[in-house]
Amino acid sequence: MIWNTLLLALREIRRNLLRSFLTILGIVIGVAAVITMVTLGNGATQSISDQVSSLGSNLLMVRPGQRMGPGGSAGAPMFKLADVQAIATQVSGIKAVAPETRKAVSVVVGARNWSSVATGSTRDYFTAAGWTLSAGRIFTEAEARGGQAVCVIGATLQRELFGGGDPLGESMRVADFSCQVIGVLAAKGQSAFGSDQDDTIVMPIRTVQRRLTGDPDVRTILVSANDSNATEAVKVRVETLLRERRKIGANEDDNFNVLDTKQIAQTLSTTTRIMTTLLGAVAAVSLLVGGIGIMNIMLVSVTERTREIGIRLAIGALEHEVLLQFLIEAVVLSSLGGLIGVALATGASIGLSSLMSIPYLFDPGINLLSFGISALIGVVFGFFPARRAARLDPIDALRHE
Amino acid sequence: MSAMHDAPEALIRLAGITKVYGSGQAAFQALRGVDLSISAGEFVAVMGPSGSGKSTVMNILGCLDTPTSGSYEFQGVHVETMDRNQRALLRRHFLGFVFQGFNLLGRTSALENVELPLLYRGEPAAKRHAAARAALAQVGLDGWEDHTPAELSGGQQQRVAIARAIVTNPAVLLADEPTGNLDSQRSVEIMELLTELNRQRGITILMVTHEPDMAAYAHRQVHFVDGRVDSDARTPALEAGT
Repeated sequence: MIWNTLLLALREIRRNLLRSFLTILGIVIGVAAVITMVTLGNGATQSISDQVSSLGSNLLMVRPGQRMGPGGSAGAPMFKLADVQAIATQVSGIKAVAPETRKAVSVVVGARNWSSVATGSTRDYFTAAGWTLSAGRIFTEAEARGGQAVCVIGATLQRELFGGGDPLGESMRVADFSCQVIGVLAAKGQSAFGSDQDDTIVMPIRTVQRRLTGDPDVRTILVSANDSNATEAVKVRVETLLRERRKIGANEDDNFNVLDTKQIAQTLSTTTRIMTTLLGAVAAVSLLVGGIGIMNIMLVSVTERTREIGIRLAIGALEHEVLLQFLIEAVVLSSLGGLIGVALATGASIGLSSLMSIPYLFDPGINLLSFGISALIGVVFGFFPARRAARLDPIDALRHE
Repeated sequence: MSAMHDAPEALIRLAGITKVYGSGQAAFQALRGVDLSISAGEFVAVMGPSGSGKSTVMNILGCLDTPTSGSYEFQGVHVETMDRNQRALLRRHFLGFVFQGFNLLGRTSALENVELPLLYRGEPAAKRHAAARAALAQVGLDGWEDHTPAELSGGQQQRVAIARAIVTNPAVLLADEPTGNLDSQRSVEIMELLTELNRQRGITILMVTHEPDMAAYAHRQVHFVDGRVDSDARTPALEAGT
């Protein structure tokens, strides 16, 4: 009986192909919108957490001042290399500690020039910040101690200043001194904040302090924890140590801040996830509207087919059999819409995620859920018209013109 | 003769049937106490002017409607107390309907139309096809199985409707003005078909008509006037021995 009813419903849909298609269009668009939104949102979240983790694994950033951002460090004393040394020797659970002092510089090679940022640090910087080399070497302990003019450049500089050619051993003019290129960093791409991470020059911190900033300050200390679960504990230990060294009283606020990149990643992921949910919810409303469209057409269909219903009732169809027939018709219609929506969403998600250069992540959960909801919409919005059909009086229905 | 109608083995027995439509001032009494007995194998014509209650009594006999009061026994079972679904099951298993307007499903082949009652009986597909083909053959529509109503003449459509009504081997065939939409030639053919079904298969036939020519095919003619049975008599021609 169910099987026959199913065939009957399919025949009914084929009989009014255009109308059936228009009926399910709302469901198609709704399902496609929900799946596409959620899939793109997941891709964006994934892309952001990839980018944040490219900053360095289990990375803490320690800066002077109570908060991040411009003016945040006003009045707070800068760190010195001794602070870095203290953290390295006194805090446990650390993989690498590196100072960081940055200065914007203009770089000239032959006729080409480029604005970049010079970062002064130690050999541990490459570990802490998660850099690997694509060519050459990093500076030696001796070069670092001596403040030699040697530098490791990012992929962007290699492209812009050396035309992508081999820069090893070449000299470039950084601000007002000449610097020898000894290594090239492997490309990382854009950061989570949209800046080009490969637009960088790394040299020994002594070199930057002496030749560029002219002071012995350390602007930032990078701390890389051994274990991603240990970042919280390491953060507390670093804070305690620095409060001691900076002689901050028990009632005073910190005059520095420790930023956990994992937290940034979490914050950003949470934000995108909320956006994804909101967009999905908006799309879900269109699914609901699609359901109302189905109810509307089913009501018209019941009126149109009153006489047919009368015939069925007269020859002995039970109330629930007529109900089932119309309900199945509605469910078949809406499920069909759901299927087309899933197919459409897959195409749209693949296309859009490659356009937005985010990864395409197939989410079976949202696909199944949306399809399930589309079928459920058929049941919910098909029930009222179906019940109306089932409750018709056979005599009136047969007389219906 | 009246003794035969009141025989205990009566297939259908109506007693004191009344039917009131509406209520209060607007109430309309369609039936005012109808007593009628029909035995198995009879061919009865129900006649009367419009508003005489003949359609109402047919709806009650066909279990499509319930009487306001009175009792209706079908094979000794009281129908007037049955609910909607019980009456539907009774129609499914014991009754067949033929309407003036044919009432076939549009854009559906003759075979599928005839199969419809078997579908609701839950018969397997092979059995449905065989029974439907046999029924179509019986009404003389061999080779027309795949035609839709739009491709059939009025007489052929009514034959399909009759095939649909008899495919379940019903105890009673209820025909509501079966020739009302047909010309006289087709009408005669339909009446001959009904007579044959009554004679060969012993199907009890109740037919509403206002044409005396058609009523003449029945064994018995019941006339309704003002919601009552006005006369109930055997068809004279039949007694003359056709």
